[in-house]
Amino acid sequence: MSSTSILMIVFLPLLAAIVAGLGNRALGNTVAKSITTGALFVSCALSWPIFLGFLDGSLEASVVPVLKWVESGTLTFDWALRVDTLTAVMLVVITSVSALVHLYSWGYMEEDPDQPRFFAYLCLFTFAMLMLVTADNLVQMFFGWEGVGLASYLLIGFWFRKPSANKAAIKAFVVNRVGDLGFMLGIFGTYLVFQTTSIPAILEAAPAMSGSTIGFLGYRVATLDVLCILLFIGAMGKSAQLGLHTWLPDAMEGPTPVSALIHAATMVTAGVFMVCRLSPMFEAAPVALGMVVFVGAATCFFAATIGTTQWDIKRVIAYSTCSQLGYMFFAAGVGAYGAAMFHLFTHAFFKALLFLGAGSVIHAMHHEQDMRYYGGLRKHIPLTFWAMLAGTLAITGVGVLYVFGFAGFYSKDAILEAAYARGTDLAHFAFWAGAVAALLTSFYSWRLMFLTFWGKPRWAESEHIQHAVAHGHDDPHAHNPPRQEDAGEDVTHAVPSPEQYDGTAGYHPHESPWSMLVPLGVLTLGAVFAGFVFKDAFIDSEAFWAGSIFYNENLIHRLHAVPYWVKLTATFVMLLGLFGAWLAYIRDTSIPGKFVEQFSLVHRFVFNKWYFDELYNLVFVRPAFWFGRVFWQKGDKGVIDRFGPDGAAWVVQRGAVVAKKVQSGYLYSYALIMLLGLIAAITWVLI
Amino acid sequence: MIGIEHYIVVSAILFVLGVLGIFLNRKNVIIILMGIELILLSVNLNLVAFSAFLNDLVGQVFAMFVLTVAAGEAAIGLAILVIYFRNRGTIAVDSVDRLKG
Repeated sequence: MSSTSILMIVFLPLLAAIVAGLGNRALGNTVAKSITTGALFVSCALSWPIFLGFLDGSLEASVVPVLKWVESGTLTFDWALRVDTLTAVMLVVITSVSALVHLYSWGYMEEDPDQPRFFAYLCLFTFAMLMLVTADNLVQMFFGWEGVGLASYLLIGFWFRKPSANKAAIKAFVVNRVGDLGFMLGIFGTYLVFQTTSIPAILEAAPAMSGSTIGFLGYRVATLDVLCILLFIGAMGKSAQLGLHTWLPDAMEGPTPVSALIHAATMVTAGVFMVCRLSPMFEAAPVALGMVVFVGAATCFFAATIGTTQWDIKRVIAYSTCSQLGYMFFAAGVGAYGAAMFHLFTHAFFKALLFLGAGSVIHAMHHEQDMRYYGGLRKHIPLTFWAMLAGTLAITGVGVLYVFGFAGFYSKDAILEAAYARGTDLAHFAFWAGAVAALLTSFYSWRLMFLTFWGKPRWAESEHIQHAVAHGHDDPHAHNPPRQEDAGEDVTHAVPSPEQYDGTAGYHPHESPWSMLVPLGVLTLGAVFAGFVFKDAFIDSEAFWAGSIFYNENLIHRLHAVPYWVKLTATFVMLLGLFGAWLAYIRDTSIPGKFVEQFSLVHRFVFNKWYFDELYNLVFVRPAFWFGRVFWQKGDKGVIDRFGPDGAAWVVQRGAVVAKKVQSGYLYSYALIMLLGLIAAITWVLI
Repeated sequence: MIGIEHYIVVSAILFVLGVLGIFLNRKNVIIILMGIELILLSVNLNLVAFSAFLNDLVGQVFAMFVLTVAAGEAAIGLAILVIYFRNRGTIAVDSVDRLKG
């Protein structure tokens, strides 16, 4: 690997972003799109040889210096690109998904008036993400971290005329800010303790620091635990873990390719990457690792429960992402960093595939995202169906032990086995939470598939479709009441029974253009084979990782020696979930309605996302508004304005009213004053 | 014999008359001009008196200058008055207050 190639991988997207972003309308859609997409495909083409080089062991970790950055006393750090196995894995994930998403956007964003801006943002995001994963020091990582946050904000709010998109963008930014505060404190603390921000130096010094304590908030606590927990809070924000997850589902307001690239495959995995990158440090911090396991396991279960109740196709996949990220975190927490990275790798392919497939469905259904108005699409958009099917098989982990499995089969099994093999109470909790989540994953994934592709068409009632159908007014079905927004009510929950009407309202979904189907095809290959091909390298090969993550050989041995029932758990719950979904959404479609009636309290709790948004509203948002109002009315207007600008203006005004009385305009009074003044002056001089 | 004191007293009386003419007059701007004239004359009287008293011609020369300036001042003042009357239709002192704040 030459240093030129890594420089090109990272900086071509930046260059393309600048050219397309500044050129914008002057360049025109086609030129801007060609430049950005071309740059990404070059990056991608250069990334794979690096990954394959690490895979066959012909490449060694290296650092390519770029520029001097800061030299201030003992604080020195430079721009430098670090390439090792961990980075190489991320490089292929980022550049491949990004290149495919760029291509996909040609079709998906076809009718958008702001295409150059969209592609420039996508490129900017890719650059920031690449900076993040190639960072050699924590500050550069933070630069990438904030860069992807910015790009995420810009892209969620890409349709800035939509108020909901703006709100979602701001929410994503603000919630991430909470995590970033933790990350920043973590970086400051790390510098304070280690006197350097260089990642290799920190990792080298970390094991020796275990056992040392530090004063924090008035307590003596283990230094590394504090640092790692702070850094992990940053990861929680970026990776949408329980507590700081609320922004991710709302981020689905952005265009679907963005959801696929940023909010599924790459950016949200930055937290997992960071924990893996700093794994030797986390290994020396048992309390922090415990927290990682707990938060990961809790998120993975919690998000999966919500996923089973949502109607918006993108939201289901968003909660699924949240849940899968939970898997990665508890895998890292129990020490199986290889398994965490493996799941990150496979997840990037099948989740990007699911999202792009969902985008293709949405495209075909005229921007209708509610699955209640899908149904029977298998025959209308067969290629999308097969791609989504591959993605679903991959995420639910379909496979036969020792023979062949889809991508998720290997990575999810490895994670569950690692959690079981770890043996601690927390790890067992994570194992069971993960197993239940796998059941739910299978259920909501198949529910999505069944609602979308099986059954009879139900889209006559969809407003989007009604708009799309030109003769909608003559159609008797158009008189159906418009769809209700408060979808949580029990009345609308029951899937409309298909016998009542033919359900198509004369609308016939059409397959997406080839620019959208090619990425689906490529990602399908990834979703099918990524697990099978790379499982040995990621899970079992210490040589592959070559020290870029902490490799717990003992755990890997125990991982392979877990009881047979543990190995079969994932497959068993997957089949159970599939059966449940089949029962409820194919066999007898009245079951979901009955279930909701029976357990309305539970359903409402889960459907409303465990009331996290409401809770945060009550605990943080409202008090913040209240404080703001107090400071505005009492503090700013009452004190600062009153005694500051307003007060000064009042004094000047009053003074002027008095002073203007002197200006009588009468000549004699002026003359008199002059005379008196003269007399006074002379008197003063003479006496 | 008439001494320097008498001159000073006369010129002082003239000066005070001129000043009072400016301040107490509420009728006519011309009277203000006349008041100024009176002040200048009193000063001139003073200069000439001291010039004779001190045997120094400079005072008389200076008086000539003052006369010249006074003539110019009167000319300009009257010209302004004419213009002002043409614009405003009055030269009553009390109505000349356009600079009022």
